[in-house]
Amino acid sequence: MTTEHAIRTVGLTKSYGDHQVLSGVDLDVVPGTVHALLGSNGAGKTTAVRILSTLLRADGGSATVDGHDVATEADRVRASISLTGQFAAVDEVLTGRENLVLVGRLRRVADAGAVADGLLTRFDLVEAGGRKVSTYSGGMKRRLDIAMSLIGDPAVLFLDEPTTGLDPQARIEVWRTVKELAGRGTTVLLTTQYLEEAEQLADRISILHEGRIIAEGTLAELKRLFPPATVEYVEKQPSLEEVFLAIVGHSPAAPAASAPTAPTTTPEGAQR
Amino acid sequence: MSTHVVGETAVLTQRSLRHVLRSPDTIITTAITPIAMLLLFVYVLGGAIEVGGSRSDYVDYLLPGILVITIASGIAYTAFRLFTDVTGGIVERFRSMPIARSAVLWSHVLTSVVANLVSLALVVLVALLMGFRSSAGLLGWLGVLGLLVLLTLALTWLAVIPGLTATSVDGVSGFSYPLIFLPFVSSAFVPTDGMPGPVRWFAEHQPVTPVVDTLRHLLAAEPVGSEGWQSVAWCVGLLVLAYVLAMRTYRRKTA
Repeated sequence: MTTEHAIRTVGLTKSYGDHQVLSGVDLDVVPGTVHALLGSNGAGKTTAVRILSTLLRADGGSATVDGHDVATEADRVRASISLTGQFAAVDEVLTGRENLVLVGRLRRVADAGAVADGLLTRFDLVEAGGRKVSTYSGGMKRRLDIAMSLIGDPAVLFLDEPTTGLDPQARIEVWRTVKELAGRGTTVLLTTQYLEEAEQLADRISILHEGRIIAEGTLAELKRLFPPATVEYVEKQPSLEEVFLAIVGHSPAAPAASAPTAPTTTPEGAQR
Repeated sequence: MSTHVVGETAVLTQRSLRHVLRSPDTIITTAITPIAMLLLFVYVLGGAIEVGGSRSDYVDYLLPGILVITIASGIAYTAFRLFTDVTGGIVERFRSMPIARSAVLWSHVLTSVVANLVSLALVVLVALLMGFRSSAGLLGWLGVLGLLVLLTLALTWLAVIPGLTATSVDGVSGFSYPLIFLPFVSSAFVPTDGMPGPVRWFAEHQPVTPVVDTLRHLLAAEPVGSEGWQSVAWCVGLLVLAYVLAMRTYRRKTA
């Protein structure tokens, strides 16, 4: 269990037809840390996670998870990991508790019922546990999804965009859950397109851009790569629409049109 | 490893049977169309159809074909349930877990067999109320059951393919229409003698005719003849072909 790298990839490549999604991804994830794979839509985050969780075969390069090669020892990798995909992979017809027991029995844990009850308590789902999942809110489904992934104590947990599509309230619930996991020593590889999420949750961050890791480090290290933040005041010009509406006489936005906006803090170059 | 496959398949089958139990309407809708056809053909069209004998004889004649239609419409739900699992992401979860990959598909197939047997029982019950009588003994009924299960297995594995590959709900359910239609161009509703040349040739050489004839012979406690082997051969052939294609489709999703 004490492998030096929880996840290690070297030169991982994958393309779909002419479209190169991953063009040589090198990634090292230290055991027991939360590592964020940060990138915009289409950067290849999900493809990387699918390869690491044995759902997809890479074209080239190598990848090991918990010391096992994903291509040649897929079964052992599957025993070491849990995947929480982009969409909550829960059974909506079953109750929350039945979902947990199902995974427990498939993972052959000793007392699936007791494990399920423990997780319901830990994830604040005790009351909802006997209800069909189709009645759950988005945040509750996500929490159940993550709870299902923890059964059998996997060494490595993949969270693929865990808060995409959630409202702010649910996002905070999920963040709290992930922070708690980090405290328990589970290795988490988290993909996200939200800068704030990576900042909030991750020990280390890898920035994936156009199929490559272009920067890697702790938040403090990454911040040092860029010049200090500058503060600038921008006077906002009214748009043609606002001008038009003001002239025509229906102008809900008119009073604000000429006011200067709040100062925007931009670390230069970070918006690319 | 093989005991694991059995255990995992059992756990997953229990799960999808729960789905069926929690929406029993799927079993009832599966049975309703065939029952409506049974009523329509016996009480509306039956008077004009000459198969020799009385109205209750026509129920006896018709039932085997209706049972085939029941299975053909029942497997559409299997395709639908699988499609829902695939698009909902739970299949991905199962595939990333240390369990046998075939267990996921087998659980859906076994659930299909159970659900279809319940629908078939409902249809037979209505047929009994309409005057259907069988002189078959225990062995004959076991033969009927065996052939129906074999046909369900074959058609279900066929249904797995659209369940895995379809991109919309319409695509999933659409594939079963030709299967429901196929019995009409067979000996299921009328004897093939009266059909014009090419149609008759097709009707006599497509799988539904030997299956329906075999069921009819078994239920009437008559000798089955060569149709028995033909129907088993058709079902086994289709089963093997559909199984191989379905498994290949499933594996290719990992490419």
